[in-house]
Amino acid sequence: MKGALALEDGTVYEGLAFGAGGENWGEVVFNTGMTGYQEVLTDPSYCGQIVTMTYPLIGNYGVNDEDFESLRSFVRGFIVREACGTPSNWRSRFSIDAYLAQQGVIGLAGIDTRSLTRRLRHYGTMRGVLSTTDLSPESLVEKARNSPVLTGQALVPEVSTQQPFVVPGGNRYRVALFDFGAKRNIIRCLNNRGCDVVVVPPHATAAEVLSYDPDGVMLSNGPGDPTDVIYAADSVRELFGRLPVFGICLGHQILGLAFGGRTYKLKFGHRGVNHPVKDLVNGRVYITSHNHGFSVDADSLPPEVFVSHININDGTVEGLRHRHLPVFSVQYHPEAAPGTNDAEYLFDEFIEVMGREGR
Amino acid sequence: MPRRNDLKKVMVIGSGPIIIGQAAEFDYAGTQACRSLKEEGLEVVLINSNPATIMTDANMADKVYIEPLTPEFVAKVLRRERPDGLLPTLGGQVGLNLALELSDAGIIDEVGVELLGTPLATIKKAEDRELFKAMLQEIGEPVPQSGIISNLEDAVSLSAEIGFPVVVRPAYTLGGTGGGVARDGTELVDIVTRGLKHSIIHQVLIEQCVAGWKEVEYEVMRDGADNCITVCNMENFDPMGVHTGDSIVVAPSQTLSDKEYQLLRTASLKIIRALGVQGGCNIQFALDTASFRYYVIEVNPRVSRSSALASKATGYPIAKVAAKIAIGLRLDEIRNAVTGKTYACFEPALDYVVVKFPRWPFDKFALANRALGTQMKSTGEVMAIGRTFEQALLKAVRSLEIGLYSLTLPEAGKLQDEEIEQKLAGAHDERLFVAAEALRRGYTVERIAGLSNIDVWFLEKIKSIVDAEDGLRQPGSGEIGLAALENAKRIGLPDKRIAELAGMSEKDVLQKREETGMSPVYKMVDTCAAEFEAETPYYYSAYETEDEAPRESGRRVVVLGSGPIRIGQGIEFDYCSVHCVWALRQEGVKAIIINNNPETVSTDFDTADRLYFEPLVPEDVINILRKEQPEGVVVQFGGQTAINLAKPVEAAGFRILGTSVDDIDTAEDRERFDSLVEELGIPRPAGGAAYSVNEAAAVARRVGFPVLVRPSYVLGGRAMEIVYNQDDLVEYMRSAARVSPEHPVLVDKYIFGKEVEVDGISDGTDVLIPGIMEHVERAGVHSGDSIAVYPSQTLNPQIEERIVDYTTRLARALRVHGLLNIQYVIGPNNQPYVLEVNPRASRTVPYLSKITGVPMITLATRAIMGRRIADSGYSPGLYRKMSYIGVKVPVFSFAKLLDVDVSLGPEMKSTGEVMGSDRDYAAALYKGCLSAGYTFPQGGTLLVTVSDRDKEETVAIVRELAGLGFRIVATTGTAKALRSHGIRVQAVKKLHEGSPNIVDLLRAGSINLVLNTLTRGKMPEREGFRIRRTAVELGVPCITSLDTMRAIVQVMKAKMRGELIPVAPLQEYHFGEAKA
Repeated sequence: MKGALALEDGTVYEGLAFGAGGENWGEVVFNTGMTGYQEVLTDPSYCGQIVTMTYPLIGNYGVNDEDFESLRSFVRGFIVREACGTPSNWRSRFSIDAYLAQQGVIGLAGIDTRSLTRRLRHYGTMRGVLSTTDLSPESLVEKARNSPVLTGQALVPEVSTQQPFVVPGGNRYRVALFDFGAKRNIIRCLNNRGCDVVVVPPHATAAEVLSYDPDGVMLSNGPGDPTDVIYAADSVRELFGRLPVFGICLGHQILGLAFGGRTYKLKFGHRGVNHPVKDLVNGRVYITSHNHGFSVDADSLPPEVFVSHININDGTVEGLRHRHLPVFSVQYHPEAAPGTNDAEYLFDEFIEVMGREGR
Repeated sequence: MPRRNDLKKVMVIGSGPIIIGQAAEFDYAGTQACRSLKEEGLEVVLINSNPATIMTDANMADKVYIEPLTPEFVAKVLRRERPDGLLPTLGGQVGLNLALELSDAGIIDEVGVELLGTPLATIKKAEDRELFKAMLQEIGEPVPQSGIISNLEDAVSLSAEIGFPVVVRPAYTLGGTGGGVARDGTELVDIVTRGLKHSIIHQVLIEQCVAGWKEVEYEVMRDGADNCITVCNMENFDPMGVHTGDSIVVAPSQTLSDKEYQLLRTASLKIIRALGVQGGCNIQFALDTASFRYYVIEVNPRVSRSSALASKATGYPIAKVAAKIAIGLRLDEIRNAVTGKTYACFEPALDYVVVKFPRWPFDKFALANRALGTQMKSTGEVMAIGRTFEQALLKAVRSLEIGLYSLTLPEAGKLQDEEIEQKLAGAHDERLFVAAEALRRGYTVERIAGLSNIDVWFLEKIKSIVDAEDGLRQPGSGEIGLAALENAKRIGLPDKRIAELAGMSEKDVLQKREETGMSPVYKMVDTCAAEFEAETPYYYSAYETEDEAPRESGRRVVVLGSGPIRIGQGIEFDYCSVHCVWALRQEGVKAIIINNNPETVSTDFDTADRLYFEPLVPEDVINILRKEQPEGVVVQFGGQTAINLAKPVEAAGFRILGTSVDDIDTAEDRERFDSLVEELGIPRPAGGAAYSVNEAAAVARRVGFPVLVRPSYVLGGRAMEIVYNQDDLVEYMRSAARVSPEHPVLVDKYIFGKEVEVDGISDGTDVLIPGIMEHVERAGVHSGDSIAVYPSQTLNPQIEERIVDYTTRLARALRVHGLLNIQYVIGPNNQPYVLEVNPRASRTVPYLSKITGVPMITLATRAIMGRRIADSGYSPGLYRKMSYIGVKVPVFSFAKLLDVDVSLGPEMKSTGEVMGSDRDYAAALYKGCLSAGYTFPQGGTLLVTVSDRDKEETVAIVRELAGLGFRIVATTGTAKALRSHGIRVQAVKKLHEGSPNIVDLLRAGSINLVLNTLTRGKMPEREGFRIRRTAVELGVPCITSLDTMRAIVQVMKAKMRGELIPVAPLQEYHFGEAKA
C-alpha cells in the first residue's frame, strides 16, 4: 500500500504505508533516538504530532508488553526509513506494523527520512498530512496548509485522566501528580522510591490537591503549547510555599508560566536521548532524554527564580529552581524511558526535599 | 577546568609494529593525540618503533624517537627528555604494559614524570583479573564465574568446579594470544600450557563460558570532573565465543530494546567511574538472549581497535578527546570538531548502519586453521556505512578484496547439507556465506539460528539479500524489473552481481540505471543524525533521494586508498596516501580520498578535503568520480588495491595522474617487460612463461636449476617457490600449480645472491634515488620479510652506480611520474639483475623517507602534478648517504596463527615492521631486532637442523655461536657435518626416531634457540614444520634463514660487548651529532 506525507511548504514524500490506513494531520517532528520507538509511540507528549525517526531501521526488536508509556499510542503518524517486519528480541510480541495497525496509527516507510529531517531542521517543524487514501500531491499539500497549528489544540485533555486515581507504591510519601499526559515511568520512578501517587486531572485546583494531603506535587510531561494549559499554572502557583513542587517537561513550562515567565516555541525542538545538560549547581553534565518543542525564556523569569540547568548544545533553559521555596523543574526527562537514567537522581532530590519539608 | 598549566612537555608512547591484534588503529589514535596535544600548545615527545606510521613523522611531535618499545629504551628517552607527563593509553596494550613495567622498575618515580590519562591503579585494576573481578563485585556488576591460575593442576581443578566448556584467557597479552575455549580436559591442558607461556605475568584466567550469548560493546569516555558519555555501542553478528576483533560487528546495536541498551549503558558508566578512567574505555558485555542477565566480559582502559571503529562509525574523535582529557580539559570544554558548534559532551546519534568486517590472512595461509575463537586471527578490517544493514554488509564484503562481491561463495555451493550444518555450527571466516548458501537451499532462519546461535535478525537480513537475488534471477531473459533493480541497489548489490543474475552485461545494468536515474546519493556522517548542521566533509553512498555533497569546488584530485591491512599491504600505504593528500593540499589542490579502513589516519575526517568511506572497487569508485569530476585520480600510493583500479577508472573516462596505465601494464606484463629490459640492455634472470608442465620443465632445463616458480593460479596457498631439481618441479606443478593456457606459470632462473631494493622518484626526466637498501636475507626471501639496511653496507661504488643507472633508465623508459620501486639481485661478477619493477609506492617508502629525510611522497605527488624534482631543490641521481643507519626488521604474528609455517620464503608472511636506527650498524641492527621482539638468549642450548644444501654454510655460524657459549644440539645429519669441522655437538633424535626427540626437548624447555632451514615440501606433517611450530608456540626463537642468524650473531656479539647504546630523535638524524 502506498502512502504519502505532504508538508505545508509543498514538499511531498511518497513511500510505502504500514500500520493503519487512512489520513491524519499533525505537526511533523523528528526524534534522533536509535532505540526507544515503543516508548516514543506511547509517550502522550507526542499527541498532535507526526513523528519521524532519524535512525533508519525501526522495529528491529518489535513491540513488547512492558515498555508502554501509556495505554495507547497518541502519535498522529509514524515515519521511518524501514519498518522491520521480522523483529528479534525475547520480549517481542508484535511487529511495529501490527502494533500501529492495532492502534490505528498510519505508518509511512521507504522515504528518505534524513532528507525530511534536514528540511525540518532548516525550516523548522511544519504541519503535515499523512495519507494512504489521497495520494494527490496538490490536494495533500493543500490539506497540510489548512490543518490547525499545534497551539490552540486541546491536546492535554485528550491524553490525561478526567478522574483522580491512586497508584500505591508504599507509604513513605504521598505525591500528587498533575497528569498532563504523564508517562508511566514517572509513576514507576515514584513508586520505586516508596511513594503512593495520586494522579489528578489537569484541571485540579490547589484545594483539590491539598485535600489528598500530599507530601509533594509533581507536574507531569504532556503535549502541546504550555499556554494552552495556563489554567494549571494558576493552580500550581497557589501551591507554592505549601508543598514541594517538581515539574517535568510540560510541567516545567507550566511552572515557568506560574512563576510569571514566558514560553516560546523552538524552531524544531529537542527530541532524542543524547542531549547534554549541565547542572549549573554542581557543574556536572548529564546525557538526558528530551521531547519538547517549547522552552522557557530565561529573561522572563522573576529574580527569585534561577536557571539551574542549561543545554550545552544550544544554551536553552533546561531547569528552573526557586531560590527560597522547594520548587524546581527540568525541561527533560529524568524518568527516561526512552533514554539514559543519568538524571534519575532528581527523583531522589525530590524525595529528599519532601523529607525535609515534610511532617 | 581548562587545561593544566603545569604541563609543558608530554611524552606519548606508540604501539610498535603491526601484528595481529594491534593494527593501524594506534597510528590513528597516536596521530590524533599528538596533534591534539600540540593544538593545546604542549611540547610533544613520541616514542614508537614503527617507521611506517604517520605518528612518527617529524612534524607530528617535537621529538620523535623511533626506538625499541622496551622499558630500557623508553627509560633512556625519559631521562633524556624529562617530560612532565607520560601518556601511555594511546599506544594499545603495548603502551599500558610499558607503563606498568616502567612503574614497577621505579623509573616513573626516578624521572619524576606524571602518568597522564588513566591512573596506574586503574590499569592494574582492569588488567589484573583478580583485582578486576573484585572491583566489579564491589559495585555489583556481574562477572562470569572464574578464577586465576598459574599452573596446570589448578586449571584442571578449577575447570571441574566451573564445568566445561570454559574460556581460557592469559593475562597481559595482545589480541587474546594463547587463549581459547576448552570443551574438555585434553583441550584445557593444551590451551592452558600455551596461555601460561604467553602471559607476561604467567597467569591465566579460567572462566565460565557464555558462548551463544549476545556480545555487545560500549565505548565510554570520562573526564576528570566525572562527566561520562558513551560514544556508541556495537553488537556482534557472531555470538559470544569469537574474539571481537574477529567478529562481524554492527553499530549501533540492532536487537537491543531501549531497556537493554540503557541497562548496559548504565553498567558501563558505573564501571568507568569505579575504575576512574580519564579518557576512553571499551567495555564488553555478554547479554543473555532470553532475559536481562548480562556479564561484564572485558574492560580496556585505553583507546582500542574498537574505539577507532567507533570514532569512524560515529564521527566522534575518541583519541583526540582522550588526549585533551588527559591534560585536564573537560568534555563540555572540548568542541565537537564535526559540527563545529556543539561540544564533545554528547552522545552521537547515527542515522545509518555501520558494519565492520575482519580481514583474515587465510588467502595467504591456506593451511591455517580457520576456526575462530578467543584468539584473534585477522590482520585488519574494513568498515562500511549504509542506510540499510544489507547495503552496509555487502559494501563491507566487497571492500575485503577477497574476490567476493556478494554473499555467494562458490565453494559453499559444492558442500553437502551435512557439511553446511557442520559449518554453521562452528565459527569461522566463511560462516556468513555458508548461512546464505543454507538459506538458498531452503533452510529456515530458525534452523540456522539454532545451529549457529546467530541472532535471527541478522539471518533475516541475509535472507533479504538472498530473496532480492532470487527476484533478479531471470535466466536468459536479459531483462530486469525496475522494482527489483531498485530493491537490489538499495540493499547494496553491485551491478556486476545484478548483471550475472539477470543474464545481462554489467554495462547494460549501468545503462538501465542511468536511464531511470538510479544512481547513488551521498550522505554525511555528522554525529547527530542531521539535528545540527555539520562542517565535516565525511560521506557515504546510499540509494536515497537527497544528495548532500555538492561537488567539491576548484581544482580537485581523487586519491585512492589501500583498503584493509593484510599481509603484503600494510599501514605503509596509508602513510603514503595521507602524505599524498597533504602534498596536494600544499599545492593548492583539493584532495578527495576514498578508503574503507576504519583504523587509519587517511579515514580521519580532517585528513583530506573530503572523505568518501566506500569500497575500493570499480563501481563504487567510478560513482564518486562521476559525481566529483576530478582533474585526475592518483593510484600509485594505495598499494595493489589502487593500482588494480587504474584500468577500470581509465576505461570509465577518467584520467590517471602520474605513470600511465599503459606504462604500469608494461611493468606488470611479463612479455612486455622482458622486451623492454632487453631493449635497454638491463639484465634480468633468464626464464619464461610456461603453459604446461612440459613447457615448465623445458624452461627450467634451459635456464638451469634452481628456478623460481610463480603460478598465476594458486592451489593450496603455495604460490611462489624455489625449486631445485626436475623431480621437485614436477611434484610442485602437480600439487601446487594449476597450469593451463589461461593460467601460465612463470619459471625464472633463481639467482643466489644479495638482494637490493631501490625506491626512486621520477618526474619523467629526472630520477631521484633517496637511497639503496640492502637485504640481509639473500634473494628468495620475500623483500617484505627481509631485514633491510640503509645505507647499504657491502655494495661497492661500481655496483651502486650501475643500480642508479638501471633505475634511472627504467624510470625514464616506463615514463614514470611519481614513485617506482625496483628489486635487484646481485649475481656473480657483481652484476645486478632486475627482479621486479613496481611503478608505485612500495612498503619501504616511509622507512626510507624517515631515515634519509627526503620527503618522498611530497616530491612524488609534485611530480605527478607536473612539477620537476629540481623545483623542490633536489638533484637527480643517488641522494647523499646519511650518517644514520636504518635497519628495517619484519615482524611476524605466527604465535596467533596455528598451523602456519614460520619458515621464510618467496611468499610474504610478516604483518608489520620496525626500524632500528643508529650511527653504528650493529647497534641499529640490535635496536631493530629488539623492537621486532627477537629475544637474544645469553647462551643456553642451540638446536641446529638444516637442509643438506645449507650444511656447509652453517658451520661458521654455529662455530661463532659455540664461541658465544651456546651448547649445540643437532639432528644426525647436521651433527655429523658440524662434527667433521670440529664442533662439539650432541645429536638429538628426529621426530620419527622416537623419544626423547627435538619436540620433547623443546617442550621440556631445554632449547633456547632454534636454527632450522627448509627441506622440500611444506605440508604440516613434515618434521621441520612441527619443529618450527612447536618452537613458535612455546616462544622459543626460531630462525629459518642463515642470513638472519648471522645478523643476530652480530647483534649478540655487539650486545655482549656491553655497549651503551644511545637514543636520538628523528629530528637529529640529519643534523650534526646527537646529544648524549
